[in-house]
Amino acid sequence: MTTQRTSSAPPAVRSLPVKQLLLTLVGWSIALIIFFPILWMVLTGFKTETAAIADPSFIFSPTLESYQAVQARSGYARFAMNSVVVAFGSTFLALLIAIPSAYAMAFLPTKRTKGTLLWMLSTKMLPPVGVLVPIYLIFRDVGLLDTRTGLIIIYTLMNLPIVVWMLYTFFKDMPKDILEAGRMDGASTFQEVFFLLLPLTLPGIASTGLLSVILSWNEAFWSLNLTSSKAAPLTAYIASFSSPEGLFWAKLSAASTMAIAPILILGWMTQKQMVRGLTFGAVK
Amino acid sequence: MATLQLSNITKRFGDTEVIKGIDLEVNDREFVVFVGPSGCGKSTLMRMIAGLESASEGDIVIDGQRMNDVGPADRGLAMVFQSYALYPHMTVEGNMGFSMRLAGVPKEERRAKVLEAAKILQLEPLLDRKPKALSGGQRQRVAIGRAIVRNPSIFLFDEPLSNLDAALRVQMRIELARLHEELDATMIYVTHDQIEAMTMADKIVVLHDGVVEQVGSPMALYHHPRNRFVAGFIGSPKMNFFAVEQLAVSSDGVVVRLPGGRSCTVPVDGQQLADAEELELGIRPEHLLLDENGPLSGQIKVLERLGGQTSLYVQMDELLITIMADGDVAYRVNDTVRFGFSPERAHLFDAQGIALESLTQHPLAGLTRHDNRAPGQAAVHGAVSPGEQV
Repeated sequence: MTTQRTSSAPPAVRSLPVKQLLLTLVGWSIALIIFFPILWMVLTGFKTETAAIADPSFIFSPTLESYQAVQARSGYARFAMNSVVVAFGSTFLALLIAIPSAYAMAFLPTKRTKGTLLWMLSTKMLPPVGVLVPIYLIFRDVGLLDTRTGLIIIYTLMNLPIVVWMLYTFFKDMPKDILEAGRMDGASTFQEVFFLLLPLTLPGIASTGLLSVILSWNEAFWSLNLTSSKAAPLTAYIASFSSPEGLFWAKLSAASTMAIAPILILGWMTQKQMVRGLTFGAVK
Repeated sequence: MATLQLSNITKRFGDTEVIKGIDLEVNDREFVVFVGPSGCGKSTLMRMIAGLESASEGDIVIDGQRMNDVGPADRGLAMVFQSYALYPHMTVEGNMGFSMRLAGVPKEERRAKVLEAAKILQLEPLLDRKPKALSGGQRQRVAIGRAIVRNPSIFLFDEPLSNLDAALRVQMRIELARLHEELDATMIYVTHDQIEAMTMADKIVVLHDGVVEQVGSPMALYHHPRNRFVAGFIGSPKMNFFAVEQLAVSSDGVVVRLPGGRSCTVPVDGQQLADAEELELGIRPEHLLLDENGPLSGQIKVLERLGGQTSLYVQMDELLITIMADGDVAYRVNDTVRFGFSPERAHLFDAQGIALESLTQHPLAGLTRHDNRAPGQAAVHGAVSPGEQV
């Protein structure tokens, strides 16, 4: 019995330890190369300005000087609050619009549904700068410049195609029978969505929402161009450290670290959920 | 009271017509089975009755009221899906009570009704479980319970047993028949399995390519199929067919020459036949008899011993003929056998595949499942003793 079990058990990887070791090394190297700039930024944040522009070195005496300077100069909290409101607000709004749209496309498709989806995705291929001037002018005229509402609207529009697309794929995977059973049980369309579709596709909706939050949080182009002080999120906060007076690397790094920390932690905590959501349907 | 009338029901998807003008009557408390090969339109027809699919043409009338424009929930129907379609995030009780929850029924009343249905289906110990913690048969019962709770005038079953294993399928078949007795409800059942149709139906509707081939009691379909399709579809193993030559037509029937040269008189009405029209003779495997003096012969190619019976697959000219013989026949593969049949068991089909009408009606042809009981007896699956019935 034992011999039988061992003969069938060993996976191919075990039999080739050298290959396995090599693959691990390559994997880690690639990961390190990708991660290095972020690591360097975090380290630089703990250096003095002089150490920051000196010859690159891992050995230095860490200091919180830059963090204090950054805090003293302008309130991190206000920018962070703007980021939170804008990222979550736009995500909420995008989901509110995308859920009915994706429902219609997944369950009541017409012959133009595929085309519509592709067209929506194609809008992401247009360089945003191409519409900067018209949008800037519209925002100026309706008084949306430097407002959270303005940013929420822009981010919602920016993320809608991808949010609709993702929800569409999740909804498509939902067994139609269950919704039909609900309809036989007397559910209205709204009840069908609220009691059956949403609870059953919650993992997908959560990962879609997370992606939308992250994309909105990290967005810099629109926030830099459409806000100045009142509604400026963390991306604008970072940028404010590269000023005409010259680059203050340590302070810039400290500010960046503080700006990406919340989203990094959120991403790390929801990693499992994200991967599951993004590969949902692909691996089944 | 729950009756259903379909008149000229047609369904088109784009340019393809999948249901081609079906007329049908379902009586109160009847167990009607739609049967046919996959793609014949039986599920589409049921979905139209349910209101999940709209009819392109025709009227759906339930209890005398036209229902074409009434929503699925307001037709007074309940449906059991092939996939069960249970709500995975709700408990058994939540699943069964969902329709009442939507209708705003108070919690206590909901619970009472769910318990009542759970009792009928022996689901009481499972009420707090989620569907994923149930076996296939239990899920099936929950799906039926969800339908019972709605107290529908007509139950619709869409291939409800096809996801179950063979043993469970037989058990659920008996349970469904029992349920039909107990609830005294009208039921419409879709299946591709002719055994389910034969065992459960009061009335079978055979569908093929979107048209009704024949409507009748199981025994009527078995003994008097209207055409070659029904003859081949009902009965297992399938009916054997071979070409025969028409020799003469008399009041006793049609005289035909069998392969091998001998002739026989099949007692069917051949008055409408054209001279020398090509005919096909159909005979069921269980009606072929091994007989050393039989008119037909062939070589055994495959022999399947089932214990009680033996299936012989016999090569006769180009054809492979199936014979259901006694379990203990001593033949071996490659043996040559002679066999025959009694002419009244044979069916003749004209060049269009339409069966010639039998001169005598089979005594059980009018039998429905309800007639299998003696008066006052509740058992559903008692053995039929022909002496009593005829």
